[in-house]
Amino acid sequence: MFKTVAELVELAERENKKMAQIMIEQEVQISGKSKQDIMDNMAKAYRVMEKAVQRGINENIKSHSSLTGGDAKKLHRYIQQGNVLSGIHVLEAVMGAMATNEVNAAMGTICATPTAGSAGIVPGCLFAMAEKLQPSYEDKLYFLFTAGAIGYVIANNAFIAGATGGCQAETGSATAMAAAAIVEMAGGTPRQSAHALSIALQNMLGLVCDPVAGLVEVPCVKRNAIGASIAMVAADMALAGIEFIIPADEVIEAMYRIGKSMPHALKETALGGLAATPTGKALERKIFGVELVKE
Amino acid sequence: MNYRSVFDIIGPIMIGPSSSHTAGAARIGRAARRIFGLKPDSAYITFYGSFAKTYKGHGTDIAIVGGLLDLDTYDEGIVRSLELAKAQGIDVHIQTSEEDADHPNTAKIELSNGEQWLEIVGISIGGGSVEITSVNGFKLRLSGHHPALLVLHEDKYGMIAQVANVLSRHKLNIGHMEVARKAKGSEALMAIETDQSMGEDVLAEIKAIPSILAVTKLDP
Repeated sequence: MFKTVAELVELAERENKKMAQIMIEQEVQISGKSKQDIMDNMAKAYRVMEKAVQRGINENIKSHSSLTGGDAKKLHRYIQQGNVLSGIHVLEAVMGAMATNEVNAAMGTICATPTAGSAGIVPGCLFAMAEKLQPSYEDKLYFLFTAGAIGYVIANNAFIAGATGGCQAETGSATAMAAAAIVEMAGGTPRQSAHALSIALQNMLGLVCDPVAGLVEVPCVKRNAIGASIAMVAADMALAGIEFIIPADEVIEAMYRIGKSMPHALKETALGGLAATPTGKALERKIFGVELVKE
Repeated sequence: MNYRSVFDIIGPIMIGPSSSHTAGAARIGRAARRIFGLKPDSAYITFYGSFAKTYKGHGTDIAIVGGLLDLDTYDEGIVRSLELAKAQGIDVHIQTSEEDADHPNTAKIELSNGEQWLEIVGISIGGGSVEITSVNGFKLRLSGHHPALLVLHEDKYGMIAQVANVLSRHKLNIGHMEVARKAKGSEALMAIETDQSMGEDVLAEIKAIPSILAVTKLDP
């Protein structure tokens, strides 16, 4: 059983296993279900993720508020033109992340990873990595178990909801989860996964949850996009042997303390940040006919 | 450890847009329906905290009503739940409260149908996970992750042992248990989470114990 990243890394190293395998074994123990049942369950989540990304790229997604939709499609076209600046796989991860989150905003079916507001980052990175590395189906599911293992530690030692910890708890957790899973899929060590997690999460610290009109759309879709790019770059850094001096568990604890001291107005109440800008307030009045949220 | 399973993190599969405000709300609604055990003809739903501020944009109202219709987090019926409830003759009232709740995402649901009445309070703790924190005024903490038994009984000696005996005879392991009462000697509530699901025979046996007033099963 693991409760911390340090314990997870130690178990994986000692038993010479992937973090995904450690997570699966723990799940077998806790749930009393067979390994096959657990793999089948994850396969269901995988199919939902795949479908959401395909919808986001191919269909004309528009949310009820009309604030979001269609950006993943734009990026898809841009990538196909072949003249991208920041690297094709990074942009593919960004595209998948936006596609998923746009489908979420439009009340489509998604798989929360770890939440719905941050549902794009993990699948975005997974499908970009699958394109690049052509892993086996089992390895694709392992990606989700490894991401889940990191999310499990974060959720139990800090938080994953914007209302409790700000956006750092949602997209920050998702970015850290994805970074660790990318490293594992690319053949890195558990220790490198932990460094990728730390590098990713330190760059999301302090991120507030300030949804315009209280909707999971702006800035959520684009925070998922950039979260995916941070996860990819953090993973590359860790694979290059770059380390982060603060241990992963302490970075998670720092995130927790920051979230605790964050004012209420910046935790999904739509009272502060981008939600409180003149344009944010005007959009709120336009969408709901009235100013929904008052101090 | 609030989150026990990897599927609390990778999941739930759900209708967007918010796992805490949409999927969590659906699960609170569904828990209320399961505890109530029948179709209500009226539902008063009160939102507190962040739920009160942002429920319209997150579809928290349609999600919680979807749950009351016994729909799962991923059921596309959730999008039309208000119409579906109306068609089924459920009178739904949504209100918000400025009162301070212990958790930012808190909902109170009052259900009735003729003589039957239930009030539960649930909180959505993030990522679709929820806790039921009060049933008919009895304070408790139920995660909804495990099969659970709610046993309403007279507050007197030996009740816990008798219920535990039945579970033991059926080889059901208790993972978590809480007892709550409003006042000494009045009614009390046992909330028992078990590792395995319980059959109707177990419920019937518990119901037959003298001084047991009501037994409800809650499956995750």
